[in-house]
Amino acid sequence: MYVAVKGGEAAIANAHAWLAEERRGDARVPEIGTDAIREQLTLAVDRVMAEGSLYDPGLAALAIKQARGDLIEAIFLLRAYRTTLPRLGASTPLDTGAMTVRRRVSAAYKDLPGGQVLGPTFDYTHRLLDFALAAEGLAPPATAEADPGEDAAPPRVTGLLAAEGLMAAEDASDAEPGDLTRTPVAFPAGRALRLQNLARGDEGFLLSMAYSTQRGYGNNHPFVGELRQGEVAVSLTPPELGFEIEIGDLMVTECQMVNQFHGSRTEPPQFTRGYGLVFGRTERRAMAMALMDRALRGAELGETAEAPAQDEEFVLSHSDNVEATGFLEHLKLPHYVDFQSELEAVRAMRAAVEAERSRRAATQPEMEGPEG
Amino acid sequence: MSGYNFAYLDEATKRMIRRALLKAVAVPGHQVPFGSREMPLPYGWGTGGIQVTASVIGAEDTLKVIDQGADDTTNAVSIRRFFARVAPGLATTERTAEATVIQTRHRIPETPLREGQVLVYQVPQPEPLFRLEPRRSETRRLHALADYGLMQVKLYEDIARHGRVGSSYDHPVMVNGRYLMSPSPIPSFDNPKMHRSPALQLFGAGRERRLYAVPPYTEVRSLDFEDHPFVPLRARGRCSLCGAGDSYLDEVVTDDRGGRLFVCSDTDFCGERQAMREAAE
Repeated sequence: MYVAVKGGEAAIANAHAWLAEERRGDARVPEIGTDAIREQLTLAVDRVMAEGSLYDPGLAALAIKQARGDLIEAIFLLRAYRTTLPRLGASTPLDTGAMTVRRRVSAAYKDLPGGQVLGPTFDYTHRLLDFALAAEGLAPPATAEADPGEDAAPPRVTGLLAAEGLMAAEDASDAEPGDLTRTPVAFPAGRALRLQNLARGDEGFLLSMAYSTQRGYGNNHPFVGELRQGEVAVSLTPPELGFEIEIGDLMVTECQMVNQFHGSRTEPPQFTRGYGLVFGRTERRAMAMALMDRALRGAELGETAEAPAQDEEFVLSHSDNVEATGFLEHLKLPHYVDFQSELEAVRAMRAAVEAERSRRAATQPEMEGPEG
Repeated sequence: MSGYNFAYLDEATKRMIRRALLKAVAVPGHQVPFGSREMPLPYGWGTGGIQVTASVIGAEDTLKVIDQGADDTTNAVSIRRFFARVAPGLATTERTAEATVIQTRHRIPETPLREGQVLVYQVPQPEPLFRLEPRRSETRRLHALADYGLMQVKLYEDIARHGRVGSSYDHPVMVNGRYLMSPSPIPSFDNPKMHRSPALQLFGAGRERRLYAVPPYTEVRSLDFEDHPFVPLRARGRCSLCGAGDSYLDEVVTDDRGGRLFVCSDTDFCGERQAMREAAE
């Protein structure tokens, strides 16, 4: 009689075997290789690296394959691997000013030193399904390489504004930033930890929160001062050497949003910055992060926090999709002990109500119905 | 499993967690922040408990894992298998009496615990005040001031509206007369077992990055009022398998015509009793 509810060992083994089979799909179709994922699903790989907080396209591709394309599951796999890695050292801060730019646009200026570089973007494509892609295609013709132009990296738009005194200065600090993967965040968290949290926050969450600020919930007036994408060098100063060495390149996207600020008693009217920096070519998340950075700087700039997007504790506590999905999905776990006690509580409350009702019925004379 | 340290976590992480646990034991019921790691199991499925277990367990220990009181629920099986994989030499058991470390979700075993045993609770939400005040920056202040008026008012309102306290599980407790603490979502039936337990009780909340503890023989009082004393709840009935009339029961629906029976939620306790009965016959 009592068989179905408990007993897990065999069920788990069968479920995992079935999962492996489902992952492979129809065996007549060639298996997808992680190299194909790495080379052809690059934006998925980039998102998994960004939210997995680990720059490794090969491992991210493996995670995507193992997760059957569920990116949050892939992010989770990468995080669980990342957490086991030793920390050998900290790099010197990335110099995104020296980036080898493959895309760089500003919405604030029509033209500017260093030029607008559109790069490989979906912008201005027509979103029409290209049925030619469904057929086995040849590699597209190589694009003509542009004239490299000046060797110097393009100057930053925010730098141009700052030269005019129109850009609010940031609080510079050489303090070692915290590490939210090692130390629990306490509130107020401060900007460094906030940016760390946003950089690996769920893209959908960041997008929606940023969008809410555009619709009046914590209004700001953003302009894309500059969006740049390209490779930056990672450098390390090993203590035994005492000088900086380059250990590799990262593909990153940086977004600097420029927002109007009316000024305060101590500050003249000027522009303030929202900053976003993410692994890979995930431009949407860089922009959302920049909007959120600005929205969360309210306390520092003397604005009153009225909307969820301006509430540091709210945003930072709910941005992480590995935390969120785990807790949401844990509702699938058995809860019958708790549910049993709820059943008993509801029954006891109902019994009390019933008893009260019959006591009243017994003691009170029949009432006439209301007239009319 | 090759490539991983004993019990998955590296030794530096275990030391960090043990330090936090020492602090938690020194300040019973107080939530200690810790650098919770990403685990290969999802948040909400016991990552806090797993990290605590991994930090206190050694190859000479005997581990029991239960979920809903049972050793054979899927999540308990999964966690026990995880430790069997990553902790070579570790013995596992389903017997409460044999275990040195028991990791649990939602229950305290019926068999009384003894000195030297460690009970590790998986905690989804360590902050007992979170439904009343969601900001942890504010609840931290309330704990510092031992200002638990919010919770007293909530219990009062429950009684005024429903004639009884509404929470039938995760009923808040006062630990050592100082800190308000979530006992984790155990049924209120289990709350009295925490009081002056000879075992060490450790609580791990991985996603919320908090640890707390109740050292052996500590006073743990379920929050109540003098004129409305705390009453633990259980289903009225006896276990259909072992006949126990004093254990916590799961209700099993047997058909779609209202048929149901009750069985012990603690499978080890129930199994022992059945074995004793058979031996006596």
